Amino acid sequence: MPVVLDAQRISRSLARIAHEILERNHQVDELALIGIRRRGVPLAKRLAHAIHEIHHSEIPTGALDITLYRDDLMRTAVAAQPVIRRTEIPFSIDDKRILLVDDVLYTGRTIRAALDALIEFGRPKAIQLVVLVDRGHRELPIKADYVGKNVPTSLSQSVQVHLTEIDGRDEVEILES
Amino acid sequence: MKKDLLSIDDLTGDEIHLILDTSEAMREIGQRPIKKVPTLRGKTVVNLFYEPSTRTRTSFEIAEKRLSADTLNIAVSTSSVLKGETLADTAMNIEAMAPDMIVLRHPSSGACHVLARLCRSRIINAGDGMHEHPTQALLDAFTIRERKGRIEGLKVTIVGDLLHSRVLRSNIGLLTKLGAEVCACGPRTLIPAGLERCGVKISTSVDEAVAGADVIMMLRIQQERMQGAFLPSVREYFSTFGMTAARVARAKPDVIIMHPGPMNRGVEIASDVADGPYSVILEQVANGVAVRMAVLYLLAGGADASD
Repeated sequence: MPVVLDAQRISRSLARIAHEILERNHQVDELALIGIRRRGVPLAKRLAHAIHEIHHSEIPTGALDITLYRDDLMRTAVAAQPVIRRTEIPFSIDDKRILLVDDVLYTGRTIRAALDALIEFGRPKAIQLVVLVDRGHRELPIKADYVGKNVPTSLSQSVQVHLTEIDGRDEVEILES
Repeated sequence: MKKDLLSIDDLTGDEIHLILDTSEAMREIGQRPIKKVPTLRGKTVVNLFYEPSTRTRTSFEIAEKRLSADTLNIAVSTSSVLKGETLADTAMNIEAMAPDMIVLRHPSSGACHVLARLCRSRIINAGDGMHEHPTQALLDAFTIRERKGRIEGLKVTIVGDLLHSRVLRSNIGLLTKLGAEVCACGPRTLIPAGLERCGVKISTSVDEAVAGADVIMMLRIQQERMQGAFLPSVREYFSTFGMTAARVARAKPDVIIMHPGPMNRGVEIASDVADGPYSVILEQVANGVAVRMAVLYLLAGGADASD
């Protein structure tokens, strides 16, 4: 079970991404972070904190559950429905530059669902994508704007992200299945 | 979850909590500028109502539309049922058009079970005779859990027509399953035989029953189901069992007053109580949409292997 990112490297990646976000977006007051449930949410909060450390500005932060927008929901007649969690976006996304945050970018289908979901909340000026790990194997034309680490994987592998807020420790590992 | 939602007995305690948690996520959709998600796109839901209903039918229809299902309503007053078609024939004909779910309201107890045996479509019981009304009990539980933070250990007093009430039967099933202490109160003529075996306390004194209650749930006096002489008069009923401010004062200071609607003001509940600060009656209606969205979503997936 090779560990590809440990706690220290995760925190350095997020610090670097925070700098990149500020470098590319001059209007900091237009920024907002939205994490995709579940593990995008703590990542978005950490980025908000990191940006605050550098720039001393509060970036509004929200959480998005994309379950109801998934394209594979009703395809199997045997499995129980996935659990839905709350979407909490306590600010208007109109004319904001939205930083959409997720832990792993894989097929791109989650991001497709997230874009559909977000657009129903308003009309942001732009949406940029932040991921901790890009593992390749895209099935849709989607690309991340900020990447913690590119991890080449095979389709038989799975990438497990553990975050302290949810799993009690910070670590990214590759599992053979 | 099983294929159909016919009765609270179909649900385990965990499944009830799953429905309530899912309802919380669904309620947020109703607060968005665009109150719609694409989840049930391409699914057809038939609302088949053999009894008049405003709240339940509207609530189901809004829930279905917010999930992007295609819905159609069959009101019996405008359908072939008036020409003498049986429930089974109507069901088989609707089934032939391959809907995914049927929401049924029917005056006969057990009608949903008949339909569930005949149809491949998933059946949701929206009230069958004097038997059950499971989505009402679920939205009541959701409202209680939201106001009180829990259901376990609460004292819930249910007052009114215990004999004819499907809301009572579903609520007893659900509340006792989640560990509430339920007290049912009504006139002796309207207490069904064997009710004490359902794990509830029975009382014929409303003043005694509401003492120390966390939740007071009123039931409607169902004049349309009363063929016999159950009550001497409506005015006497109000003076003996009607919920008045003086009676509410005997309950806990943070009591909530519930009613499944439609209310008979001045019969089972005084207007100042129905519109007063303890009343959560309109919250129940608002929560009904979210709870029905959760039920539709969870049933639309696959049934468990156990089914």
